[in-house]
Amino acid sequence: MANTISILEKLGFRKASGVDEAGWGRTLFVAAVSLIYFLPVLFIIFTAFKPQASALSVPPTLSPTSLFGLIPDQFVFSPTLENFGSVFERSMTSGGAPEPTGFDRYFFNSIMIASMSVLLALIIGTLAAFGFSRYPLKGNDTYLFIILTTRMLPAIVVIIPVILMFRVVGLSGSYIGIIMLYTAFNLAFTIWMMKSFFDELSLDVEDAARIDGSTGLRVFFKICLPQVVAGLAATFVFGLILTWNEFLFALLLSGPDTRTVPVAMNQAVSSGGRGTDWTLLAAIETLFLIPVFVVTFFLQNHLLRGVTFGTVKR
Amino acid sequence: MSTIEIKKLTKNFGDFTAVRDADLSVKAGEVVCLLGPSGCGKTTTLRMIAGLERATSGDVMIAGQRMNELAPEKRNIAMVFQFYALYPALTIGQNIAMPLHYENLSKEEADARVMKVAKILHLTDVLDRMPGQVSEGEKQRIAVARAIVRDPNCFLFDEPLSRLDVELRHSMRSQIKEVLQGLSKATVIVTHDQLEALTMANRIAIMREGIIEQVGSPHDVFAKPVNVFVASFIGTPQMNLVEGDLKGFDDGRASISITGHDLDIIVDPAVSRLKASRVTVGIRPRAFLPVSDRGSDTISAEVELIEPMGAETLIHARTSIGGNIRVVIPREKRLKIGEALHLKPDPKQTHVFDEQGKAVRA
Repeated sequence: MANTISILEKLGFRKASGVDEAGWGRTLFVAAVSLIYFLPVLFIIFTAFKPQASALSVPPTLSPTSLFGLIPDQFVFSPTLENFGSVFERSMTSGGAPEPTGFDRYFFNSIMIASMSVLLALIIGTLAAFGFSRYPLKGNDTYLFIILTTRMLPAIVVIIPVILMFRVVGLSGSYIGIIMLYTAFNLAFTIWMMKSFFDELSLDVEDAARIDGSTGLRVFFKICLPQVVAGLAATFVFGLILTWNEFLFALLLSGPDTRTVPVAMNQAVSSGGRGTDWTLLAAIETLFLIPVFVVTFFLQNHLLRGVTFGTVKR
Repeated sequence: MSTIEIKKLTKNFGDFTAVRDADLSVKAGEVVCLLGPSGCGKTTTLRMIAGLERATSGDVMIAGQRMNELAPEKRNIAMVFQFYALYPALTIGQNIAMPLHYENLSKEEADARVMKVAKILHLTDVLDRMPGQVSEGEKQRIAVARAIVRDPNCFLFDEPLSRLDVELRHSMRSQIKEVLQGLSKATVIVTHDQLEALTMANRIAIMREGIIEQVGSPHDVFAKPVNVFVASFIGTPQMNLVEGDLKGFDDGRASISITGHDLDIIVDPAVSRLKASRVTVGIRPRAFLPVSDRGSDTISAEVELIEPMGAETLIHARTSIGGNIRVVIPREKRLKIGEALHLKPDPKQTHVFDEQGKAVRA
């Protein structure tokens, strides 16, 4: 009897008690749900590798391999890298020589603009958040509320005054302009997020550091900042995702040289009057996913701690 | 010289006065405990000495210098916090080395200093760990190590032992006392635990509602409490305090009427100065002599509850005049519930407090 139980346990069929690791049954269930969530992304990634013909076939092709004959032939496509090539270089007219599409530039723009503005917002916002948390002004909450109001309106509402302002000061189409704009938008989020992290820290620790001879700046850099690394990571990733995917401001405020990928993507697939080129779109999207994937992957441990920070009193 | 002096120190938080006109001086090598119930202002007083709280009025002098306007980092003091306040992102070694930043030591010198205190406090094995990976007792010792790694003007302890279990508290108490004795610095310890205060301090300052009620040696605050509050706060079990009317004083004996029953007891001669008035009589539970016969100087009572405390037994008794009285008797003496007692107060340990609650003493 005991033997049977231990075998069952080894197979993962466990009694649901305490905080044991989940058994195989639950794990498979969760895996199935995750797959449903991930399916659209997976489909795009697969489409990026499909030859144009199989991309639009009905029924859709689903797998690059037949899995040793498990999947019938009509669902299998033969993977190709052609689409990725044509992201960067393709012939615009049928039969013409391949021309560069400028996407290398757009990717550079996206990476540059997003990382610069998120980093800037992180630096300024973290300092501001520490100030709001530790050296409150009279009417501190009012200022925090005002900062948050910048995120209360949909972008489409504020876009017209922003365009006019940019036109007057000549920032339209420049890197500085779009970076400043994104920084300003990320600041609200960063300040609120980081303030909540600073609020959670023990003040005794800072008092101790002060008594041990540390000035305000040293307390901030040596004592406080290392304690909110998780918060910095979480704020960075969320800010990065928001900025990376931003479309409307980029569409209206970037010039031909400062165009970001979301804008360029839109123009690439809808130009030429040949209808949407799905495989090209999927290839751009797949490439577009990679940077955020990589950053999130490397920060994910911090990210989890950051998101759940403060939910349990330690 | 390592000294601390506070003069007329007051702290207001809005309308609330946390500390009022506190005066206290601590000599070099002296350990003074600030003792009082929660919210009596003892921690606020300590934080004002440290510079973490700005005094509303009054002066803080450390090593003979007025420090009111000086930031904590400039006061050259060391403090141990209630929750240890270890730096979570630094290793234990780095935690202990943190105050050395002050002195711009070379790395070798700093390491040597850290090693020295780590040896004193048995922390050499944990220097590379993070604060989250050590036990409560070790955290406590790390906090102490961090305080003594430098040679500061004075030491401040905020409830240093409150987070430890009883056994650990006991051993840490003697360990801290030992360490402090070797350093001859002015030290202030805040605590709400009177045993901690009585065992560790050279002098105790008892605070209530922001006011220092009495400063004295552990012996003095126990044997000669200046008022009813100090009398009731110091000593376990608590002192018996009974209100009565002083009728007169004759030949060293006071005649006191307690809810209609007269009691003639030997008291301090200074009581003769009092007019007939309302007084409080205080007798410690260990200051009764059980006698066999009833007399005009005895209190009659009936045993109600028996609490063995190990070496002694605590008796809760109901007096014939309708009050409760606590008496401690030796363990060998066996009593039964309902048994009658005749208790004669020890005249040397009988306290009389006047209408304002002040002790009447020569």
